[in-house]
Amino acid sequence: MQSHILSIILFTPLVGGLVLLFVPKENKDALRWIANIFALGGFLISLPLVPMFWAQRFEPGFKFLEGTPNNWIPSIGAGYNLGIDGISFLLIMLTTLLGWISILSSWTAIEIRVKEYYVWFLVLQTGMLGVFMALDFFLFFVFWEAMLVPMYLLIGIWGGPRKLYAAIKFFLYTLFGSVLMLLGILFLYFHHHTVLGVFTFSIPELYKTAPQIPFHYAIWLFVAFFIGFAIKVPMFPFHTWLPDAHVEAPTAGSVILAGVLLKMGTYGFVRFSLPFFPAVVSHPKVQSWMIGISLVGIIYGALVSLMQKDMKKLVAYSSVSHLGFCTLGIFALNSMGLSGSVLQQINHGISTGALFLIVGILYERRHTREIAEYGGISNVMPVYATITMIMFLSSMGLPLLNGFVGEFTILQGAFTANWRWAAWAAPGVVLAAAYLLWLYQRVFFGTVTNPKNEKLHDLTPREILTFVPLIIMALWIGLYPKPFFQILEQPVNQIVQTIHDNSNANAPVNAQAAPAPSSRSKASN
Amino acid sequence: MLPMVELTIFALGILLIDLMVPREWKWINAAGAFVGVLFAAFCVWRIQSELPRGAVGFYNSLLVDRFAIYFWYLFLAGAAIAILMSVRYLEVEDEHHGEYYALLLLSVVGMMCMAAGIDIVLIFIGLELMAISTYVLVGFLRRDLRSNEAALKYMLLGAFSSGIFAYGLSLFYGLSGGTNLVVIARAVSAPQNLRNPVVVIALLTTMTGLLFKIAAVPFHQWAPDAYEGAPTSITGFMSVAVKAAAWAMLLRILVFGLWPLRSVYTPVIVVVAIATMTGANFAALTQTNTKRLLAYSSIAHVGYMLLALVAMGTSQPGSPGFSDGFKGILIYLLVYTFMNLGAFAVITSLRQRNVIGDEIDDMAGLYRRAPVEAVLMLLFLLSLAGIPPAAGFLGKYYVFLSLIESGHYGLASLGVLYSLFGLYYYLKIANAMLMRAPMETERLPVSLGMRCAVGVTALGTMVIGVYPEPFIRGVNWSLGIVQSPHVAAMVK
Repeated sequence: MQSHILSIILFTPLVGGLVLLFVPKENKDALRWIANIFALGGFLISLPLVPMFWAQRFEPGFKFLEGTPNNWIPSIGAGYNLGIDGISFLLIMLTTLLGWISILSSWTAIEIRVKEYYVWFLVLQTGMLGVFMALDFFLFFVFWEAMLVPMYLLIGIWGGPRKLYAAIKFFLYTLFGSVLMLLGILFLYFHHHTVLGVFTFSIPELYKTAPQIPFHYAIWLFVAFFIGFAIKVPMFPFHTWLPDAHVEAPTAGSVILAGVLLKMGTYGFVRFSLPFFPAVVSHPKVQSWMIGISLVGIIYGALVSLMQKDMKKLVAYSSVSHLGFCTLGIFALNSMGLSGSVLQQINHGISTGALFLIVGILYERRHTREIAEYGGISNVMPVYATITMIMFLSSMGLPLLNGFVGEFTILQGAFTANWRWAAWAAPGVVLAAAYLLWLYQRVFFGTVTNPKNEKLHDLTPREILTFVPLIIMALWIGLYPKPFFQILEQPVNQIVQTIHDNSNANAPVNAQAAPAPSSRSKASN
Repeated sequence: MLPMVELTIFALGILLIDLMVPREWKWINAAGAFVGVLFAAFCVWRIQSELPRGAVGFYNSLLVDRFAIYFWYLFLAGAAIAILMSVRYLEVEDEHHGEYYALLLLSVVGMMCMAAGIDIVLIFIGLELMAISTYVLVGFLRRDLRSNEAALKYMLLGAFSSGIFAYGLSLFYGLSGGTNLVVIARAVSAPQNLRNPVVVIALLTTMTGLLFKIAAVPFHQWAPDAYEGAPTSITGFMSVAVKAAAWAMLLRILVFGLWPLRSVYTPVIVVVAIATMTGANFAALTQTNTKRLLAYSSIAHVGYMLLALVAMGTSQPGSPGFSDGFKGILIYLLVYTFMNLGAFAVITSLRQRNVIGDEIDDMAGLYRRAPVEAVLMLLFLLSLAGIPPAAGFLGKYYVFLSLIESGHYGLASLGVLYSLFGLYYYLKIANAMLMRAPMETERLPVSLGMRCAVGVTALGTMVIGVYPEPFIRGVNWSLGIVQSPHVAAMVK
């Protein structure tokens, strides 16, 4: 079983979707139960991965390898090749967890075309898992693009008032990046053949030849991949699809979109841009541009969040700000920044996923997301108010919760690279506190201002259940992040080593193997 | 040649049977045509297994090599699916005559001559046979003004371009003294020919005819009207089989015959490709008629295939750029057969007694009326847009790979950007189907033939997309165009 566990995890949601096709669409409860069973099953099946991976966490290379590089389409060198390292392992666990939570949260939210909803959601789940597991570039690209279709349908069919506009904007915008990335992939593929005489899409193989691509070609390739990933993250100025898509998507769709889909962009940077083009990435000018865009994203995203009147749009823009921190950590190009960034991606998935669930809870009751419509909610929904406060604090980076660990590590990495970068990023933390606390005050504190809010009922057990795993993870990572840093240590050091080995001659030495992660427990702070 | 003879016999037989058959039994014509196509496929398979190195016949005018056999299979597949689509559609249109199927089979005969012919006379005969049959088929809905208009436009423009094409071919005959493509190739291979104005004029006029047939801008004007006015099953057939035949002819003439002139025609193809992609994609954005939209999308796909031709024209014959470009065109035509016929099959099934069914609004809410067809149509649209894992991605993959391998990074970027336009207008149809409220909620009756057609095309689109290995091997096999010893013997 161990040798095929990745395939099992990958295809469980798809099998669930196929099973759902045979359930008659009038039987909504059966559909909901079966979908939830498969989603929970998908998460439970991924749990055995934890101890197995933990045992191998310090070994180099990809683990749980499946398939050989050429077993799918030998004529072009594409193979069904799966494998994970520390970075993708964390992201896969996040995906299975958030997938289950999202499906659980849709129980009462979706009343029309229930069958199609769950089928597409499960297909989306498989697509996302495939992106993180794929070790073959062709396979990766197939999953990357295929995953856009169910998301487009989820937004376009079950979305808000401007769903058609948001759905097509999302699809076209993201596809624009993807097709440019395709050209980059094809060039890498052909270049590998020119150098080694072999046609292959296998990523570990391409790692060998890509760093030697001459700089004037590599810079264009970097740009091609950059556009693809920057749109996904999203980095300023490619972020304009995000508010529309997030706001118009159904709640569960937003959770998955923010929690997982955005991580694919940053995952792409870490998995592909950095190891393939180390000379380009470490070039001072390129690095400055990347850092600059990240900083703009942090501050701009936070400032725009501050001015929002719609809760969901506020959370959407906060994603831009938070992921600006993640890309800042990545392009600091040292192991602290990189591991902090990956950890912060997980944290963002947890906290922003929870934030969207929070907004969704109010929306389901009142069908409005206007902040002005609410006030004093903590009087009528105390449990909800408590959970919301926990997740808000997590999102703004209060120590004891997960956000702090990630942000601190990223800022430390940025500081090590260039203190000015950290100086510019730090106000982002303050602004995050500003918009979140102000939101909380307007919505929860004080007296109940709107008579329509007096009869709202507090969280049902099912809704509480959707938050419990997230709160547990937030506390765990916040209080004891050591295991997570240990998991990330090996792959992050490998990437930093690649950059260091191939770095641009006039670039400052950025790579420092950080012994700090093992001491990053609360006691020593 | 056996399949061509056999198809002709079936066609004539259908014409006779049609006279004797009462109205309710008209489907016998369709059955006969279908059997004829299957029998022809069997004949092709026999030829493939008995003559593994190809054969030359009819005074060196016909070359049955792997390239020809690949295209013959493609034409027959297109014809078979078109026949399945047509039966109920013609009954609704009340134009269920045997001549339809006979002309369908005869046009396939013409196509086979175009694919296998290496003598310009035979190619021209095949072209005209296919074209004239298609003119009549386009105008088959005698009582529909749009059909009449479409047929007339197609015929006039087609006749005009065939005339220019024949003029170009005649110039080549004059230059080489022979009508065989091999002789012509030898005659134009001397380097000074590249500056000979007669050669250039001959090349340009020949290309005019070729580009007209594949509906490349600026010779595309007939396509939207012809596609819109024709009976929908014929539109599907035209967009797939006629296009494949035109490409077979184009590849034969430009790559097999006029290869020494590639430095002259490749720049022209670059300009035409860019113009085609631009014109078609922009025009398709505003269409509200699905058949017209798919017509412009057809033209856009031709633009991508022309890019592969550019990659071929600027690469050496053994290099990856050349072979991937060649493979790209062949695979593109294969996946295009399935996905386009599937899309047209779904549109055809919308034709009921009281609604024509070819506007985008007619597709509104299809998810309620025909859920399976709606999802399969989504598959076809995504495949047309080039989204993996649907089969259409494979065609685009090879096109862009060949462009990168031959160093045309700018053209590759342009191509991928235009494919985004494609997604927009395909999603317009998908939006209507899946996201808008239906105007009527009763089930859409879908005949057995239509179900088979949609099923086969959907299966093809999915299978080729997810497991393309056998099909890529098939295309690699068919690239034995220059490996046939008969050709080598003739070229010597």
